[in-house]
Amino acid sequence: MTKIHIPTPLRQYAGKQATIEIKAGTIGDALSGLISKHPDLRRHLYTDEGKLRAFVNVYLNDEDVRYLQKEATAVKDSDTISIVPSIAGGAAGLTIS
Amino acid sequence: MATITETKPATAVLNNDEILRYSRHLIMPEVGMEGQQKLKAARVLCIGAGGLGSPLALYLGAAGVGTLGIVDFDVVDYTNLQRQIIHTTADVGRKKLDSAAEKLKAINPFLNIRTFETKLTSENALELFREFDIIADGTDNFPTRYLVNDACVLSGKPNVYGSIFRFEGQASVFATEEGPCYRCLYPEPPPPGLVPSCAEGGVLGILPGLVGVIQATEVIKLILGTGEPLIGRLLLVDALGMKFRELRLRKNPDCPACGTHRTITKLIDYNEFCGIRGEEKPVEAGIPEMQVEELKRRLDAGDDLFVLDVREPHEYQICNIGGYLIPLGDLPKRVSELDSSREIVAHCRSGVRSGKAVGFLQQAGFKKVHNLAGGILAWADRVDPKMAKY
Ligand SMILES: [Zn+2]
Repeated sequence: MTKIHIPTPLRQYAGKQATIEIKAGTIGDALSGLISKHPDLRRHLYTDEGKLRAFVNVYLNDEDVRYLQKEATAVKDSDTISIVPSIAGGAAGLTIS
Repeated sequence: MATITETKPATAVLNNDEILRYSRHLIMPEVGMEGQQKLKAARVLCIGAGGLGSPLALYLGAAGVGTLGIVDFDVVDYTNLQRQIIHTTADVGRKKLDSAAEKLKAINPFLNIRTFETKLTSENALELFREFDIIADGTDNFPTRYLVNDACVLSGKPNVYGSIFRFEGQASVFATEEGPCYRCLYPEPPPPGLVPSCAEGGVLGILPGLVGVIQATEVIKLILGTGEPLIGRLLLVDALGMKFRELRLRKNPDCPACGTHRTITKLIDYNEFCGIRGEEKPVEAGIPEMQVEELKRRLDAGDDLFVLDVREPHEYQICNIGGYLIPLGDLPKRVSELDSSREIVAHCRSGVRSGKAVGFLQQAGFKKVHNLAGGILAWADRVDPKMAKY
């Protein structure tokens, strides 16, 4: 099983879990497995056109999958996948609630 | 590694009082007299005197960074004090700049503190940055993040970056000559509303302390030209698990800001870039509103109104007006609990989430739904002053 780290802002759409284990052969498999378990994550990870969103980066261990084979990148059971969205917080402020 | 201060001579000389003050630095070979003079000659601009800016400015000031600039236009309020440790209870209502400058001067009278009471904008950023060597970004919103990044790339100044959400933080050093920039990591911001803000999501008070001190550490290392700065690395801080993880960042050759074919050759309209037009509209068009006074009057008159509270359970515990609780995120799957023949008034903290709830209910066929304008905050202000605000 490959471990996927769910970042804080997205945990509310993933059953409040910090990590989720998925059986997967590629990054793409792992993400679609994740979304089938937690369908609410889809719109946060993918655009309506089915492209991975530009403010969400996916890492295989410590490497950005954009510099590997993207969603076709092979994963092993011992690998860790991290979803890393941009966060902007620093103080109180812009109240888009 | 190229140091930041190599371009200008470190002419700052320390007097005997300063030598005594910095003695624990001076006896360290990694700093020494040469390093302390570099610190004194350095000019660092902190964007924001809030959660990240507080520890950042306090430590940089104490460490002897000679010129400390702060950009801020905010006023201290009670909700800041849980984490913005440069400000005290007595400062509530004062300008953050005045409050911060006073504390910094008290800690270190040898500082040259330069305050800029303004919003950082595309019009003033490059001019402001010109007078400084390193920019430390402690802002709280995407337009300013991209503005700081692009202005740093255009002016060739490193961007010491920190960002926080709830109990998780990120830190890196962007826009050095050899390293990636923020846009290499995130070419585009999230559309408004998709990622919750600090004001909605909350933040653990110590987290800006952790991340701000990491930023301060990186600033000092860049000035001294020592150690391994967070260039090309993104540090992820998880305070709840107390785990620090590190991801590799690459300079993206296609980056619009720092890549080989740059398209960003001047600063742009960052609100537009981030999909924010003008002031944040708290309520979408076509959402019927009800004022708190009207709700109070009609409840007192015994009208058949169903009050729907779409906040989270932990917010309900802080204060409530006895509404029926269904958090906004649960509304789609729990909509069957609501009776569409009754008149419904939805509320949240300030009226934004309940506006979305009303829009959703309208689409689901509910005809008699209102959004309580200003939310429970307006209720506390105008109907029940004894109610707790948060
Ligand atoms: Zn770049």
